[in-house]
Amino acid sequence: MSATNPPPAGEAAAAARIAESAAPAARSGDDVQGMRYLESRTRRLVTLYLPLGAFLFVLLFPFYWMAITTFKPNAELISREGNPFLVLDPTLAHLRKLLFDTAYPEWLWNTMLVAVTSTFLSIACSVLAAYAIERLRFRGSRYVGMSIFLAYLVPPSILFIPLAAVIQKLGLFDTRLALICTYPTFLIPFCTWLLMGYFRSIPFELEECALVDGASRWQILSRIILPLAVPGLISAGIFAFTLSWNEFIYALTFISSSEVKTVPVGVITELVEGDVYHWGSLMAGALMGSLPVAILYSFFVEYYVSGLTGAVKE
Amino acid sequence: MTSAAPPAGGTRWLDNRNVLGALFMLPAAVLLLAFLTYPLGLGVWLGFTDTKIGRPGEWVGFENYEFLWGDSVTRLALFNTLFYTLVASIFKFGLGLWLALLLNKHLPFKAFIRAIVLLPFIVPTALSAIAFWWIYDAQFSVISWVLTKAGLIDRYIDFLGDPWNARFSTIAANIWRGVPFVAICLLAGLQTISPSYYEAASLDGATPWQQFRYVTLPLLTPIIAVVMTFSVLFTFTDFQLIYVLTRGGPLNATHLMATLSFQRAIPGGSLGEGAALAVAMVPFLLAAILFSYFGLQRRRWQQGGGDA
Repeated sequence: MSATNPPPAGEAAAAARIAESAAPAARSGDDVQGMRYLESRTRRLVTLYLPLGAFLFVLLFPFYWMAITTFKPNAELISREGNPFLVLDPTLAHLRKLLFDTAYPEWLWNTMLVAVTSTFLSIACSVLAAYAIERLRFRGSRYVGMSIFLAYLVPPSILFIPLAAVIQKLGLFDTRLALICTYPTFLIPFCTWLLMGYFRSIPFELEECALVDGASRWQILSRIILPLAVPGLISAGIFAFTLSWNEFIYALTFISSSEVKTVPVGVITELVEGDVYHWGSLMAGALMGSLPVAILYSFFVEYYVSGLTGAVKE
Repeated sequence: MTSAAPPAGGTRWLDNRNVLGALFMLPAAVLLLAFLTYPLGLGVWLGFTDTKIGRPGEWVGFENYEFLWGDSVTRLALFNTLFYTLVASIFKFGLGLWLALLLNKHLPFKAFIRAIVLLPFIVPTALSAIAFWWIYDAQFSVISWVLTKAGLIDRYIDFLGDPWNARFSTIAANIWRGVPFVAICLLAGLQTISPSYYEAASLDGATPWQQFRYVTLPLLTPIIAVVMTFSVLFTFTDFQLIYVLTRGGPLNATHLMATLSFQRAIPGGSLGEGAALAVAMVPFLLAAILFSYFGLQRRRWQQGGGDA
């Protein structure tokens, strides 16, 4: 099944409209038309807009708080007077401190490098693996597919200790390569699983025609399957990128030098100095570290959502 | 599964499909075997040794597990993990389902709202946890400020300093991050339910509650099972949020299995003990995965077996 294409929004909206119109009809049979309209307006406000507004407020408030704290001068941060929801005297001091007095730009660069490299590495491996499992149907491919799914369920928090030993043995400790090698352990299973679903939706007939014309499997994969699976590749890529950008426990365990840290680890371990918290620059660090993924996500929302839900629904 | 079988024979490539398959699997297999399967086995082995950082260990049998079983901090961490997972999952499910139902209605700017709802799930947890850290600050918490101004409390709340406050504060932050995931996945499930069911139900005079109870819920159950299993897995093995917000404190009240295992193994240096703690999580994860497996099975028969 192609869980990747949600049905047109109109269908769902129609369902919702039907569900709603059923309500007043069933309850107030002999009301006047206008009353019923008013009633459904208030009902909609109470049952839909108010709860939705509350959800959005709670879900977005921490971001607002991050942003506003970034631009607040220290005096306002530690004052209980005045309204904490507003900035009276915005300042760029925290951002300046973050960018020029800390290794933050390096962390950003490291995170970007590690995320991009491990994403491309994982996608390349996953394309081959997914094609082999789904289309070559070699002996035992079903079991390999199952174990890929199981590998996806292995959480990093039970792997990091032995992985640290492996990394140490390979001499990769405290290098970016350690992260580039280990991130694929959670990226490949996910991407392979996702791409298997996409490949499955491509008709076999296309491949058969190409085989009859004498194309090799490699040509089929690169000229026929991949161009058709571009949405799947984008989904997998966006997802892999955000997963590696957000990774924390491996980066925390395998990296100790400031100049190779990633943003989440750098902010947590280096910007927190003793008992004096520099809330302004901490929040600036959190904001700047969240923006790249948020921006990328905003361009590819549909792909991201279809990747997320596709992987769950398969 | 697609019913059409791949064409048999014909070109020379197909004659050695197994060879080609192995070749294509090679890059993924090498990475996964070296950095997933081998460490997994190594972790189990380490759990039976007294390995310290910088010193290879010796086989000690079940000593680590015996020690951990009698260790009050480990017991507390197990309790915390179960409590954290249970409470957070219940709320994530309830709120997530509610949000999904709201988003499934006819709304202006629907796509935009759906996109921003997922933001908490997109941004790095460690970074959003810092925002929560500041929101929960003992002296300058904005929540305390609002409650004080509203006259509900007269002293600032010590969110992360008191054991139970800390537990509920971390759980709240976890729920905040998990609800979007549950909601968006369930929304995708809701959108696959054909409107004709609701049409039929409303013709039969079903109330909205009855439609939800007898149409939506049964059709959504399989996807709920899968989504909640993932959610439980993520929550049970959570590390970042606790590490950033409390480091397991106060008085180990928020230590989860994962954070305790990190603390014992990396700063504490006892790799063997940490590995044993990590392995101790596996039975719980297996239980969740089996639950998911039966959820998937159920989905298959509900859809007539033609869909996988």
